[in-house]
Amino acid sequence: METAQETLTAPAATETVNVSGSVALLEALIAEGTDTIFGYPGGAIMPIYDALFDYNDKLNHILVRHEQGGIHAGQGYARTSGKVGVVFATSGPGATNLVTGLADAQIDSTPLVCITGQVFAHLLGTDAFQETDVINITTPVTKWNYQVTDATEIPEVIAKAFYIARSGRPGPVLIDITKNAQIQLFDFAGYKPCDHIRSYRPKPIVRPQYIQQAAELINSAQKPFILFGQGVILGGAEQEFKAFVEKSGIPAAWTVLGAGAIPSDHPLNVGMLGMHGNYGPNVLTNECDVLIAIGMRFDDRVTGRLDKYAKQAKVVHLDIDPAEIDKNVKSTVPVWGDCKETLPLLTKAIEKKEHTEWLAKFNDYTRQEVEAVIHNELNPTTPEMTMGEVVKHLNELTNGDAVIVTDVGQHQMVACRYAKFNSTRSNVTSGGLGTMGFALPAAIGAKFGAPNRTVVAIIGDGGFQMTCQELGTIMQSGVDVKVIILNNRFLGMVRQWQELFNQRRYSFVDIQSPDFVALAAAYRIPGKLVDDRADLITALKEMLATPGSFLLEVMVTKENNVFPMVPQGCSVSEIRLK
Amino acid sequence: MSEAEKKQEFNITIYTENQIGLLSRIAIIFTRRKINIDSLNTSPSEIDSIHRFNIVINEYEEVVRKLTRQIEKQVEVLKAYYHTNEDVIWQELALYKVSTDVIAEKVSVERLLRENGARAVVIRKDYTVFETTGHREETDNLINILQPYGLIEFVRSARVAIIKDSEGFNSKLREFERLEPGEEVIENEYLNQGEKVFTM
Repeated sequence: METAQETLTAPAATETVNVSGSVALLEALIAEGTDTIFGYPGGAIMPIYDALFDYNDKLNHILVRHEQGGIHAGQGYARTSGKVGVVFATSGPGATNLVTGLADAQIDSTPLVCITGQVFAHLLGTDAFQETDVINITTPVTKWNYQVTDATEIPEVIAKAFYIARSGRPGPVLIDITKNAQIQLFDFAGYKPCDHIRSYRPKPIVRPQYIQQAAELINSAQKPFILFGQGVILGGAEQEFKAFVEKSGIPAAWTVLGAGAIPSDHPLNVGMLGMHGNYGPNVLTNECDVLIAIGMRFDDRVTGRLDKYAKQAKVVHLDIDPAEIDKNVKSTVPVWGDCKETLPLLTKAIEKKEHTEWLAKFNDYTRQEVEAVIHNELNPTTPEMTMGEVVKHLNELTNGDAVIVTDVGQHQMVACRYAKFNSTRSNVTSGGLGTMGFALPAAIGAKFGAPNRTVVAIIGDGGFQMTCQELGTIMQSGVDVKVIILNNRFLGMVRQWQELFNQRRYSFVDIQSPDFVALAAAYRIPGKLVDDRADLITALKEMLATPGSFLLEVMVTKENNVFPMVPQGCSVSEIRLK
Repeated sequence: MSEAEKKQEFNITIYTENQIGLLSRIAIIFTRRKINIDSLNTSPSEIDSIHRFNIVINEYEEVVRKLTRQIEKQVEVLKAYYHTNEDVIWQELALYKVSTDVIAEKVSVERLLRENGARAVVIRKDYTVFETTGHREETDNLINILQPYGLIEFVRSARVAIIKDSEGFNSKLREFERLEPGEEVIENEYLNQGEKVFTM
């Protein structure tokens, strides 16, 4: 094994080494720069795990407690590191447990390569033990998937998998490998990364005429408005984006996944878009004359009622995915391409400007929002604590340098609204799919992806109970994750809707929880419960100062609502402050 | 309501790699949106290892345009186009099996063939198989004619369609065989613009 590995890392062009499919897989992962794998063994993936036993020094395998936890960890890793997350699972239930994470990664464009074991090829279709049709189950939720039944395919297929996962608009790839292919010995001629697939165009060609048209629109605009999404982060175009915003002087608002692409306190960052976004960005969407959408896909939670969305505006849409152009909002000028390439061209073609009066309008709406909502949320006078004040103190203690991982629901909206982000790749959340249970495992992965940063998971009492078995992963791996549970004893977002739209008919939203601190203690994770405001800051400090993981449970107001809110079916300009 | 806003038949042409599972990946793009596939034909194209799909659906053009982009986005799809019935020349093939005795006794086979543009594929003592190609109405017509004479079995193929405005199609397609395709072939975003399919 020793000698084989040495040869494999630097194979001569014509030399081959006789190895198993499993070894070829692991060599391929190393060649692709993989350092961490999140996985769970099982019968049909045993040969790969047997090979992994000898690769302990090169590949850090994190044993999760459930495959869904594994894939969310892979997502967290990919989101903070910008690398491809790698996940192992066995056949049958192991593979089906990945489906939620695949769907989440697909809709949030997260690069993943998932390897699933499969029964022996001769057993396919026989209803063998732990056999399931993984390829067909995962087809709608993967960018690409493929079943390997012969070991000789492995190097090329893994090369394609990584290339597809990370190029263009990233996404999850699943490779299903039958057990015979994992065992089979073949002559491995070394690993060649993939950089071209004839039927696959990761990026459209940049069209100079559209850059020109877009620049003309922007130059003539009186009230231009920028909407930016995760495309800026995925394209690694944060600097290019900042240069564009600063030269154009245009106010810019972010989608949930775009948060952090420019710092929260940048003077042209006017806040968050969408259903629980900021007041100004929503209202002024229907007042701007040119809307410049960058790496975002006009999700319905961003647009509200589509036929009353920015109808007065000319739309410039920059996107790498041609299928996103004109999908929801018709563009006046489609700027196809990677924004890393298109933004500098656009910046060059526009005039340097300031939109002082227009920007003042945003600030005016901010003042109204602070008065009606934000001040009370961050500085409550009620005895009970609010979610917002926890986030506010966290901001002060971390200076906005932490990675904030959130689950789904009220706490997510509050955290996204109020968390301060100084740098990119700091906001990890399940945006498109809205997967409760995402945050705890994603935070584990996020820490492995950004080991030098503080990672704080903010989770609701409901979502935490969906994947709390991953406390076991934290315990065993020793990963340093700070967990804050904002406990309002309700499934808060559904309760809010029931209050506002179903005449307070609270149908099955009253959720009971275990003693979370005791639960953490059972996993030997220190923790603290805070239900008095006087203890909050001390407890947050203790959490941040404690080496290793820590669980902080904060009891917050039971029936607080997240405002502003664009009610479903309403236009963004019908946003409610209460 | 303008013509463009009405539901009508669209012919979607897709060039793909020959890959197991791709049929399913393409089919679910329609089923996810609860759109029925009226006709689907897939077979090898004139280029080795490239397959061609012809899919017919009845939809609004706006929907078809978005669907085509979703199809083209799939990793193993080389190109996808859509056309109205006016933009293509299309045919369906139909086979009819009838009792030879009945046919020989009651109708003039020769007249039947001549009037319906059909030909006899097999003539046996016990049965005869006719074949005809044409549009749906034409193949339907022969069913109606043969029905009184004891039609035993009938089958109709999916639609195949040739695009009227496909100048230079074959040569452009061949560019896909090269490792680095020509710039024109890379264009994948102009699905609904321009006149010629490959310079869209």
